[in-house]
Amino acid sequence: MASYLNEFVFGIYPYIAIVIMIVGSIFRYDQDPYSWKADSSQLLRKKGLRLGSNLFHIGIILLFFGHLVGLLTPESVYHLVMSAATKQKMAMIAGGIFGAMCFVGMTMLLVRRLTDPRIRATSKTSDTLILLILYIQLILGLGTIPFSAQHPDGSSMIALANWAQHIITFRGGAADYVMHEALVFKLHIFLGLTIFLIFPFTRLVHVFSVPIKYFVRSGYQVVRKRG
Amino acid sequence: MKVRAQIGMVLNLDKCIGCHTCSVTCKNVWTSRAGVEYAWFNNVETKPGVGYPRNWEDQDRWNGGWKRKSSGKIQPKMGGKFRLLANIFANPDLPEIDDYYEPFTFDYAHLQQSGESKDVPTARAHSVITGDKMEKPEWGPNWEEILGGEFVKRSQDYNFKDIEKDMYGEFENTFMMYLPRLCEHCLNPACVASCPSGAIYKREEDGIVLIDQDKCRGWRMCVSGCPYKKIYFNWQSGKSEKCTFCFPRIENGEPTVCSETCVGRIRYLGVMLYDADRIEEAASVADEGALYEAQCDIFLDPNDPDVIAAAKRDGVPDSWLEAAKASPVYKMAMEWKVAFPLHPEYRTLPMVWYIPPLSPIQSKWEEGQIEDDGVIPDVSKLRIPVKYLANMLTGGKEQPVAHALERMLAMRAYMRTRHVDGAADDNILDHVGLDVKTVDEMYKVMAIANYEDRYVIPTNHREYAGDTPFDNDIAFASRSECGFSFGNGCSGGATKKSLFGTPTHNNSMNGIVRRG
Repeated sequence: MASYLNEFVFGIYPYIAIVIMIVGSIFRYDQDPYSWKADSSQLLRKKGLRLGSNLFHIGIILLFFGHLVGLLTPESVYHLVMSAATKQKMAMIAGGIFGAMCFVGMTMLLVRRLTDPRIRATSKTSDTLILLILYIQLILGLGTIPFSAQHPDGSSMIALANWAQHIITFRGGAADYVMHEALVFKLHIFLGLTIFLIFPFTRLVHVFSVPIKYFVRSGYQVVRKRG
Repeated sequence: MKVRAQIGMVLNLDKCIGCHTCSVTCKNVWTSRAGVEYAWFNNVETKPGVGYPRNWEDQDRWNGGWKRKSSGKIQPKMGGKFRLLANIFANPDLPEIDDYYEPFTFDYAHLQQSGESKDVPTARAHSVITGDKMEKPEWGPNWEEILGGEFVKRSQDYNFKDIEKDMYGEFENTFMMYLPRLCEHCLNPACVASCPSGAIYKREEDGIVLIDQDKCRGWRMCVSGCPYKKIYFNWQSGKSEKCTFCFPRIENGEPTVCSETCVGRIRYLGVMLYDADRIEEAASVADEGALYEAQCDIFLDPNDPDVIAAAKRDGVPDSWLEAAKASPVYKMAMEWKVAFPLHPEYRTLPMVWYIPPLSPIQSKWEEGQIEDDGVIPDVSKLRIPVKYLANMLTGGKEQPVAHALERMLAMRAYMRTRHVDGAADDNILDHVGLDVKTVDEMYKVMAIANYEDRYVIPTNHREYAGDTPFDNDIAFASRSECGFSFGNGCSGGATKKSLFGTPTHNNSMNGIVRRG
């Protein structure tokens, strides 16, 4: 039973979550573009947002890319520059710093969302829910640091990276890599996958709209021809 | 030269009575929805005053509009593209809703539903956002109505720049005027420039600046980018909204709702031709006082055969060229030089222009209490300081405003000699460089202001966009299609409850108080 559950959560659930994220986002973008937005509440209350929002966003973006690079870089590639032990140490330090930034920011945002009458009144269930989930996820993530420290050789990190690389390259047996890791890693992964799953139904979709096009737009003005 | 056409607007402040009909009819049509209760695409302010949102004219505070760099190039005052995106998580220049006002409705139901009580029940104000009782509204779109409030606060008005203002706080010297405000549909819009998503655009065919609601991601940079603070963030939909210049009406040749319903007949709509290649040059002029002239320089004469040929080459329809020749906006702004742009120093090249108001002078002058040059009163003795108007309309340059006021005074004086004295005194006209024919036309357009003289709007149907003057394919394809709607109104399956987000608030226009 335990092995079936392990296989489902870390072998099959990732695909369910990613497919729903991708198909759901495409469907939303196509069918309900009016709902696609960052959903800022700054107009209603700016207090605490400048610090909170910046810390949260910068922290979480760096954490995201840290995970992306850390999990998906093949061992053979990073061994050219560093050992697994060094890489883990780097990950723990960087993750700790960005995680702490994000934690401070998100605490401010969460307090604001739960206590400010204007923000409460205009919060959709999904707004509060996603913030809480991210908050728990962040705490779980920070909670993995001591467990990583127990394996200074980077063995946990290697196992988890193998899992991620097997998932995205559609190789079987991915779930086996996670089987014997600490519970906090498992919860962190499960909740992370769940964030992917609910992604299209929350305001998170705005991350797909990072306005990089702004830089390549020639000049500042936009004039549309009719047609 | 690249000729483009735009429907411009002129407001004759000399005739504005401050009745707010424009604001109310606009609100009923456009912003009577949840999330934009506080938004007035058109509002009328009493000047001097700091206006709505508070102190909107003070760009040291809000960083709206453009700034000219030492290189001579212009960029949004908020900063270049990198700087602007660096502020995307929290925009330091964004007004808070209290700078406009917290939207409220009165609890009228309580008047009928309250039980028997010793005191008369009252209808308290409740916030539309939280539903909570509000002690009192604190600000609004016309808060300083007819000089409401203390002079000390109102005199924070940016237009008092370089004016010794204390004397205007005294009852004997006080002055006021109305300023109806809407989106300026600028030639060099700062909102468009600051929109990271590219959702705001200027329509090539008529110059109307619109926000593509499906493309807007709610980064809210346009709200602070616009120096007129005429972009409003809908806190319910999470998207920015603005005056649409009533484009569905304009396309059909009808005036905007604010213009149509103006009881003072102060609004004018007409075509302006301009050289799109020279926009940047005109907006980058070093001297702020020269920006008004620079903008005038890029307008093109609709009677010039070269301009007409170039316009045809650039696809301006014949009906638009005819309309441009009869355009009241062109006449007032360019031929008679009586209309001016609002705050040209913001470098946005605004396209809603204003005729400055005259102010009490005539009777005192007739009593011999005011100096004159023998023909018309000296405009420097008008109750509203010319410098104040110049700060508002010409970047501080007084001469063009004084010239316009003189012409308006001369027109009045001349018409008085003709109609009251029974003998027209052409002397008056020579004095301000007008001839009888011109002043007759000014009188017809500005004083009589018949409907057909105020609004010269060529139609602009979609079928004109095709290869032929009237494209049958486009016409039939667009027939019976979904017309104007908000949000997903045209989507067949649109429901209010949605997996992708259900609104938290209902429309509050029915006066029903939100229960938290």
